[in-house]
Amino acid sequence: MWLHRYAKFVSAATVLLIVAGGLVTSTESGLAVPDWPTSYGWNMFAFPMKHMVGGIFYEHGHRLIASGVGFLTIVLALWLWRAESRKWMQALGFAALGAVILQGILGGITVLFFLPTAISTAHAGLAQIFFCLTISISLFTSRSWQSLPAGGWVDDSMLRRVAIATTALVYAQILVGATMRHSNAGLAIPDFPLVFGGLLPPVWTPQIAIHFAHRAGALVVGLAIAATAGHVLYHHGERAELRRPALLLVCLVLTQMTLGAFIIWSKKDVAINTAHVITGALTLATSLVLTLRAHRVRFGAASAADVRATLAPALDRSGARA
Amino acid sequence: MHSRLLALPLVLAFLAAACGGGQPAPAPASEAPAAAAVDPATAATLNGTVSFEGAAPANVGIKMNADPVCMKENPTPQTQETYMVKDGKLANVFVYIQDGLGGRTFTAPTEAVVLDQKGCRYHPHVFGLMVGQPMTILNSDPTLHNIHAIPGTNSEFNTAQPIQNMKTEHIFKSKEEKVVVPFKCDVHGWMNAYAGVLDHPYFAVTGEDGKFSIKNLPPGTYKLTAWHEKAGTKTIDVTVAAKETKEDANFSFSAPAAGN
Repeated sequence: MWLHRYAKFVSAATVLLIVAGGLVTSTESGLAVPDWPTSYGWNMFAFPMKHMVGGIFYEHGHRLIASGVGFLTIVLALWLWRAESRKWMQALGFAALGAVILQGILGGITVLFFLPTAISTAHAGLAQIFFCLTISISLFTSRSWQSLPAGGWVDDSMLRRVAIATTALVYAQILVGATMRHSNAGLAIPDFPLVFGGLLPPVWTPQIAIHFAHRAGALVVGLAIAATAGHVLYHHGERAELRRPALLLVCLVLTQMTLGAFIIWSKKDVAINTAHVITGALTLATSLVLTLRAHRVRFGAASAADVRATLAPALDRSGARA
Repeated sequence: MHSRLLALPLVLAFLAAACGGGQPAPAPASEAPAAAAVDPATAATLNGTVSFEGAAPANVGIKMNADPVCMKENPTPQTQETYMVKDGKLANVFVYIQDGLGGRTFTAPTEAVVLDQKGCRYHPHVFGLMVGQPMTILNSDPTLHNIHAIPGTNSEFNTAQPIQNMKTEHIFKSKEEKVVVPFKCDVHGWMNAYAGVLDHPYFAVTGEDGKFSIKNLPPGTYKLTAWHEKAGTKTIDVTVAAKETKEDANFSFSAPAAGN
């Protein structure tokens, strides 16, 4: 269980890292430290705290937290490698490590090349994938994942399909949002809920198009989440492991839409803008958890032997007691 | 350092694909043909005033509390320098000859233009320089600045200046298509400056009285443009005869419509 607790700690640290990254873009501090991997010529860990001022506070702070998460991920990958009998879990640990290393390199490149939209968006997109990996590891190492619930695992192919589609749509929506954010299109349509006073933009520019796509995407994601949550509540309302993430997903998407509206009305207030980033990440993570739980029956069939091996010590103890 | 080197080919390949290889940079001014002489005996002068019609919008307030050094340097409430209007005259307007010089070429001065970061502000806020002319960027503050230029034609640069009195030299190698290059400090988000980069010396920046003067101009008909960071650009046609001092090359700006 310590591995599971540690994996949850890494996930929580990743939430903090995404908040820090959101603050960098929300405060437009991405280039406040012009060099990388050094910071104003200092080794980044030796950078004097007294110089953590203005935009440097956000950008250098993001780098330090990222380094911390990188270190935590190394430990997580090694721990999984040493302690996990499930080979695919070992691979997942190293995948997370690879993702965090690549993420660091992307972060450096985007600074050195003055935040090109493609690289900055890739940095934002990979951040979500890394977060999903840590969430998945946390889930797969949990006791609830590795024990058969009363009534067995839910086997609903429709739920699996709709949950996968919802998670994919949430991720696509985050990518569109990141593109909007990094192409400075956050206020390309300045009013809400209308669009330049109407329903469609009177003119189309790349920035207006990406902004409009994000708004339209929000509607699609909202409908997808409503469909998934509705399916869960109607067919599996008694199953807490599905009902809870479904209800949380509805709360998160409503919060996210409200935050999106307030970004426009507040003209990109830093706190609201950053809250929108992290709520997006939490929406994706929650949708992923629901999707993985909907697929649990498939994992069980594929890895029953692994689960038995993992649970063997506990089973032995309980057998001895009996 | 190694990861940076490893990343470089990847990024260069990406940029090459995205930019289609780019255009070769024009030769620096020092390699240009010898300057066509302007006959001092016939040279004209263009004087004018830039006015501001109506009430100028209030400049946005600045919170410098992100950096104690900036707070100490500026203990009183501070505002942006967007609309510097006094008695209806507008300062910090970059005025330049946009067209009419024909094929004349001009040699860049060897004297450097100095952009100073002092009191967590850029000094000057608006200035001009020629392609090939050296520019010295100075950090007079006892705090860190990054100097981040965002040209359209020349290469973008972002240079660290962590030490007081640190100097960085820079030369723009090409004429800027949009003329004006914005500068910003990403550490102190309120710091911004603008440089007009031209291939000729016929430009000026209005002072507090809104006046400007462009001297040593060959007789001819020109398009004269005035640029302001928020109010936009205006262009007029002017004709100067030999040895003429024209006094009425005037411009008038007003507040841009809401939302601009």
